[in-house]
Amino acid sequence: MSTAATMNTADVVEVTASEPSTQTGYRSFNLGGFTFSRDEYFARVGWEAKGQQMSHSMSADAFLRAMMRDVAWGFFYGWVNFDPVIGTRNHYGTVDMYAGSYYPAYRDSGLDHQENFDSRLMMATFKAILDDWTNEGFDPFAAPEEAGNGWFGKKNGNNRAAIERAREACLRMPGLPGDANLRSDANGFPINRAFADVSQEEPEVYAEPGFEGEVSAFNLFAFLSRSDVTWNPSVTSVCGRSLACPTTEEYILPIKHGNDRIEWFIQLSDQIEWEIEDKHTGAPRAKVMMKAGDVSAMPADIRHQGFSRKRSMLLVWENATPNLPELYETGQLKPWPVEF
Amino acid sequence: MNSFHTTFGSLQDYQKGGIEIVADNPKYYAFSNIFEVANKSAPYEKVAVALNLGYVYEALRIEGQSGWFAAPHDEFAIIMDGEVEVQFIKLADPAAIYSDDSKGSVPLAGQPAGQPMGRVVARRGHQVMLPEGAAYRFTARAIGVMLLQTMDGPATVHKWADICLK
Repeated sequence: MSTAATMNTADVVEVTASEPSTQTGYRSFNLGGFTFSRDEYFARVGWEAKGQQMSHSMSADAFLRAMMRDVAWGFFYGWVNFDPVIGTRNHYGTVDMYAGSYYPAYRDSGLDHQENFDSRLMMATFKAILDDWTNEGFDPFAAPEEAGNGWFGKKNGNNRAAIERAREACLRMPGLPGDANLRSDANGFPINRAFADVSQEEPEVYAEPGFEGEVSAFNLFAFLSRSDVTWNPSVTSVCGRSLACPTTEEYILPIKHGNDRIEWFIQLSDQIEWEIEDKHTGAPRAKVMMKAGDVSAMPADIRHQGFSRKRSMLLVWENATPNLPELYETGQLKPWPVEF
Repeated sequence: MNSFHTTFGSLQDYQKGGIEIVADNPKYYAFSNIFEVANKSAPYEKVAVALNLGYVYEALRIEGQSGWFAAPHDEFAIIMDGEVEVQFIKLADPAAIYSDDSKGSVPLAGQPAGQPMGRVVARRGHQVMLPEGAAYRFTARAIGVMLLQTMDGPATVHKWADICLK
């Protein structure tokens, strides 16, 4: 290993990485008691429990798709389960990495492992893994038809342009002066193949002089039709702590999102099926099938994973009030949104 | 040849999904469909379809002309079906209409005093900002449905038992 995996007092983030493998070209990484390695097909996470070395493998493409979302979302709200065994939990400043902690067979046998890290160290480590393990010709943000198949095999270049996309978040609404840009061919957002039939006609805006920055509208569906990523919400309107986070979805959400608060889904187009599980055990609870115009809450005590057979538009609605996780965790708020 | 077809809903043509329960209570999901809701609503009735600690999304049937509304914070409308014209007036005296801690849109008795700000004509997929400090009024050019991102206010209608799967 080349460096120590610590945060020092000068806030210098040091990522622990090996030299490239002479066999595959990929580096291995350490984060506390966790090890990360990959070969031609598989990513492996290792940890020690009850005196024995444990390991868990995922297909490298699935691992990279999951880690890409965790990085892009800044560890998101709550839990990001890469699969039933490994994942992260956001404490907003620090982040847990766990293996088996929410998988009863491991946890009940004492074979799970969980550590808490400064979020800057975990982010730097995850970004370094993504950078090293993502080959040229693979975009972990894209739908299967667009992602390329360069994920397998020995190390072959990189795809930094794909993995360093910034998440788009407006201050008030895209298109307002000084706010997020609208999407167009000119700024690198062509219409996605699956939304070629979506109208690009803009609303008619007639602002009186002096009110150009307040009388404003844009074509949200056209904006979404030009999204170049899947399962990666943008913020398109802000009302206090209420954030509209629409996104385009195709194939399978690469993670299972465990909620630390209630969120809501409004299906804007097409359809998505959601598999709902208990947040702590993974036990199946329900399947929610959403079609255009459907609205459904995602309670605060579940994990969920979406399946979208055709690229669809989903409005994810989040409440960004800071102390919500504590209020739900302590039972001060019920995990469902309304009583009737 | 593009083989994709994007499916949107409308008042006349929508399909509602559902919930398959394994070990759960369907009420926890407060599952509804905005087109179904709007088909049973009065014009511009502000029916809450999503609620999160004082913040709401409302589904409104667009038909005819609404009264004037104003809110002490930004609101955002997404047109899901139909066509609507939105007129704006800069409120001359906001304090006469709402206090600083008011939430949600307030129905006004008539056209308020203030300077005309302009208007927007919006159709399916268009998002319109309803800015803080402005009064606004909707006029339908074609009957439809809009979603309104706002706060739970005096005009918000809660009828969850009527609209949600049980």
